[in-house]
Amino acid sequence: MSHHDITFSKEELERYSRHLIIPEFNIEGQKKLKASSVLVIGSGGLGSPLLLYLAAAGVGRIGIVDFDTVDASNLQRQVLFGVQDVGVSKAVAAEKRLSSLNPHITIEVHDTMFTVDNARELVKQYDVVADGTDNFPTRYLVNDVCVLEDKVNVYASIFRFEGQASVFNELLADGTRGPNYRDLFPSPPPPGLVPSCAEGGVIGVLPGILGSIQALEVLKVISGVGDTLSGRLFLFDATAFTTRILKIRKNKNNPLNGENPTQTELINYDQFCGIGMASEQPREVAEISVLEYDQWRKDGKEHVLIDVREPYEYGIAEMGGTLIPLATVLESTDRIPKDIPVVVQCRSGSRSATAIRELEDTHGYTNLINLKGGILDWQEAVQPELARY
Amino acid sequence: MATLIIPTPLRKFTEGESIYTASASNVKELLVALYTSHDGIKKHLFDDEGELRSFIRVYLGDEDINELEGVNTKLEDRDEVSIIPAIAGGSK
Repeated sequence: MSHHDITFSKEELERYSRHLIIPEFNIEGQKKLKASSVLVIGSGGLGSPLLLYLAAAGVGRIGIVDFDTVDASNLQRQVLFGVQDVGVSKAVAAEKRLSSLNPHITIEVHDTMFTVDNARELVKQYDVVADGTDNFPTRYLVNDVCVLEDKVNVYASIFRFEGQASVFNELLADGTRGPNYRDLFPSPPPPGLVPSCAEGGVIGVLPGILGSIQALEVLKVISGVGDTLSGRLFLFDATAFTTRILKIRKNKNNPLNGENPTQTELINYDQFCGIGMASEQPREVAEISVLEYDQWRKDGKEHVLIDVREPYEYGIAEMGGTLIPLATVLESTDRIPKDIPVVVQCRSGSRSATAIRELEDTHGYTNLINLKGGILDWQEAVQPELARY
Repeated sequence: MATLIIPTPLRKFTEGESIYTASASNVKELLVALYTSHDGIKKHLFDDEGELRSFIRVYLGDEDINELEGVNTKLEDRDEVSIIPAIAGGSK
């Protein structure tokens, strides 16, 4: 629908009056918002402020893609949700909150993962895409599908205290498209090099700031007011409070739309990002389930429990193990016996497996057993009173 | 002295410091000075062939060094060079 055909009720005019009295924006800008549609991929840290502001501002149709459910550890930054939403589908909870915020718009729930199989079909239905995802495979998928479907991709990403934002693939005045994510980073870092929020942590306000910047850029893209971040990368370092804006140029080797495009379809993004490749699979170690281990404790079976997490994690929840952080296990072998069973434990079972491999390789241990699922599984099955994190 | 801004994911190699300074006549010298004085950071900057990694960009001021003379881009006193990493966090 053309924005010229858009009309507003008295309630809408009152609601949007602070937009309508901005000379550069006025009712024309508001009509464009109402006539437009935005697909927000991910309704978490970035998606929360993004969705709240897009809905409040009057974007006519908003799609939400998220397969996840609300977890208590989300509430530190995902301001879209409340305590009553824990355990509920994020997309469904978001729809409820946004509908109560603005009943004059349409919210469409896509309670599903964003995948190669549904990406094109979903993106086709909207004018603009906003990327609030949290991993490299999905970020490259979002970028590529936007280039292939000629959609603008409003981008932001965060890590601990640092954030980035840009507008990719915007239609420029000369009819060409602005740079996209592949012009900036042709391919992703190998798995494990950059930790996720779940491993690396994120300060709660930061996604609020970057998600708000994304919302602002979406409104500018739709209304045509101002200069967007197309061709520029905004950087924010919250620790030093520095901001920088760098130029992003088109790369003639871009596989999607460079001089000699080699990619005309979506690809396998897990493979592209090196996830699940055979050579990446580390050696398996001996394991014990939390239920078996609970039985050991009940039976009074002789053993030692080593906890290889960090002291600040131990402070959140612990199960009585000896704390020896992963980085220090190799120099702490005097505290790890070789003659009785040693159960090694961390948060989810990954770091403890690494510790076991290192100890076996360098010190000849043969009595180490990994606690499968770590303290998370233990909390769920044995000690529900412990805090999850 | 040129200044190099270290991004958060690489600060674990610089004892948490966000800024590194060294005398260097070009970008390559500055990056080499950084990795010879900080163990473990080199493989995050260069691949086995000695090319800059595809998931980082290096900027002089607000311009990508690829638009200048790459790692041979000349540096002057008080130039500011940034390493920009791909980061993906956002939702979970």
